[in-house]
Amino acid sequence: MPLKPEDLATVATLAKLDIPANQTERLRQDIEQILTFVEQMNAQDTADIKPLGSPLERPQRLRADQVTETDQREALQSVTRHTEQGLYLVPKVIE
Amino acid sequence: MFPDTVKAILEGLNKGDFSSEEITTELLARANRHQPDFNAFITLDEEGALAAARQADEARRSGQAGQLLGLPFAHKDLFCTQGLRTTCASRMLESFVPPYESTVAARFRQAGAVCIGKTNMDEFAMGSSNENSHFGAVRNPWNTEYVPGGSSGGSAAAVAGGLVPAATGSDTGGSIRQPAAFCGISGLKPTYGRVSRLGMIAYASSLDQGGPMAHTVEDLAILLGVMAGLDEADSTSAEEAVPDYSAALEQPVKGMKIGLPREIFEAGKVGQTEPAIQAAIESLKSLGAEFVDISLPHIDLSVPAYYVIAPAECSTNLSRFDGVRYGHRCDNPKDLEDLYARSRAEGFGEEVKRRILVGTYALSAGYYDAYYRKAQQIRRLIKQDFAGAFQAVDAILSPVTPGSAFRIGEKTADPVQMYLEDIYTVPVSLAGLPSLAIPAGLLNGLPVGLQLTANYFRESTLMQLGHQFQLHTNWHQQRPSTSGRPD
Repeated sequence: MPLKPEDLATVATLAKLDIPANQTERLRQDIEQILTFVEQMNAQDTADIKPLGSPLERPQRLRADQVTETDQREALQSVTRHTEQGLYLVPKVIE
Repeated sequence: MFPDTVKAILEGLNKGDFSSEEITTELLARANRHQPDFNAFITLDEEGALAAARQADEARRSGQAGQLLGLPFAHKDLFCTQGLRTTCASRMLESFVPPYESTVAARFRQAGAVCIGKTNMDEFAMGSSNENSHFGAVRNPWNTEYVPGGSSGGSAAAVAGGLVPAATGSDTGGSIRQPAAFCGISGLKPTYGRVSRLGMIAYASSLDQGGPMAHTVEDLAILLGVMAGLDEADSTSAEEAVPDYSAALEQPVKGMKIGLPREIFEAGKVGQTEPAIQAAIESLKSLGAEFVDISLPHIDLSVPAYYVIAPAECSTNLSRFDGVRYGHRCDNPKDLEDLYARSRAEGFGEEVKRRILVGTYALSAGYYDAYYRKAQQIRRLIKQDFAGAFQAVDAILSPVTPGSAFRIGEKTADPVQMYLEDIYTVPVSLAGLPSLAIPAGLLNGLPVGLQLTANYFRESTLMQLGHQFQLHTNWHQQRPSTSGRPD
C-alpha cells in the first residue's frame, strides 16, 4: 500500500518522533516496503478466527489486595537530573 | 589454561584447581584484549566482578554452596543490573544505571555467579545482525568480517570467542537462536513465561523471553535451572514447577518422534544448510529417533505477522521513553511536545524508529483491524499448526537460519531482506514454544545451527535430544581460531 508523505507525518506525530526533513523520504520508502511485505497476510482468510494476544492464554494471576511496594521515589528519581522536591520537571505546559 | 564450559569450570572450582578470582581475572583480560576484535561488550565491570569472585572464593572456603558459585559469565545489556549501567545498546539509555535488579540478574547473583560485564546487542533487541547498536557492530569470532547474528550477538560472540563460558540472552523472534547458530554455540529460548521478564527491558511483551547461551546443552540445563521459575512480580511468569533439567540429559533418544515440516523440507527451503541438517537427521536416526513428516501450513505467514505484532508492541512499550523520567533528554526543549519528539528522535536509532512507526501505523485508527487484528488471527493459526503437530511428535526439527552468517553490511540496505533471516525462528516465537539451537556443521568455515522445538514447558525434551546429539557429534567442541584463549 502506498504511504504518502503526509501519512508518514501523521504517524510520526502519533509516535512522538521528530523526523528531520532529510530522512523523511528514506523512512517513507522503508515503511512502505515493510507494510507492502506484511500485506501478504491478506491472502489468508481469517474470518472466524479469534485473535491471539498472548501465546499461553492463561488468566492473569491475582494477588492479595495488599500494599507490597515501599516508597522508592528517591531511588527511582536518582536516574534523572530534572527533578525538584520529588517532582519531575518539564517545559511549562500551562500559560 | 582454564576450561571453557560451565560444567568443567564449576568442577574445577570445586576441586580447587583454580579460584574464581583467577579465572575471572583471566577472562577480564581476554575480554579487554579482544574488545577491538569482537566489540562483544558494552560495559565491563572489573571491580565488581573481582569483588564478587573473591566473595565466592571466600564462601567456598567456608563451606557455602551455590549452584553457580564463582562462575564468571555476562549479561545481555537489557537485563537491569542494579548499580551497573544498562543501555540496551541505545543512546536513549547510554548513561542509565538501574535503581533495581532484574529477576534474572538477582537469580544469578543468588546462585553465586560472577557477572563480568554487559554484552553488546541490537538496540532494544531489534535486529538480526547486531549492526543496530549505538556502540557499534559486533563481529563474529569465526570471521570478524561477518555478523554474529542478533540481537544477542554480543553474548554469542563473547561465548564463541572464549571471553565467558556462558551469557544470558533474550529471544523475541530468534534473538538467542540465530546468533547462537551463527557463532557455533548452543542457545535456548524457553517457553514464554518460563523465565521472569521483570527488569528485562521490554521490546514485545507477548514474545520476549530470556534464556541461556553456552557451548553445550549440558551447560544450558544448569543455567536454565537457575533462571527458570515463578516470579510473583511478573504477571506472565508461569507457575509450572521447574524440573531438574540436568536429570533429563541422560535419557535415551530411542523411540522419540521428531517432525520434519514439509513446508520447509519438501519445499526445498532448507537452502545452503541442507547437508548439515541432513547429517544431523542421520545422527539422530542412528540414536533411534524416528522421523515423521508433519505440516505447519501457515508458517509462511509468520514473518509478516511477526513484523506487525512485534512493532505494535514495541511502539507501545517504547512510549515510556519520553525524555522526562529516565533516558536521553534533548537540550533546550521549547515545549513538552518538542521535549518528547526530539528526545526520542535523538535517542533512538534507525531500526528502532522504523519499528515504532510501523507499529504506530498498525495500531492507528482505521488500520488496526487490517494489520494488528489480522496478525493476531494468523498468530492463532500458527499456534494451532504446532498444537496439531505435537499430537504426533515429541519435537520438531528445522534449520535455525537459511544460511550461515552473512558479511557485515550485506543486508543493512534492505530491512525486509533482514527480516527474512527470521523465517524459521519466528513461527516458534509467535506460538510461545521452547526451542533449542545447537551447532550442527560448518558452511564455508562458518557455523550452521540446528533448531529443535518442543511442546510448552518441555524444555527437558530439548535438553535430552540436544545432549544426546552432542554426545555423538563434536560440532559444539569446535572453536574459532580467533578465540580469546591464550595464544
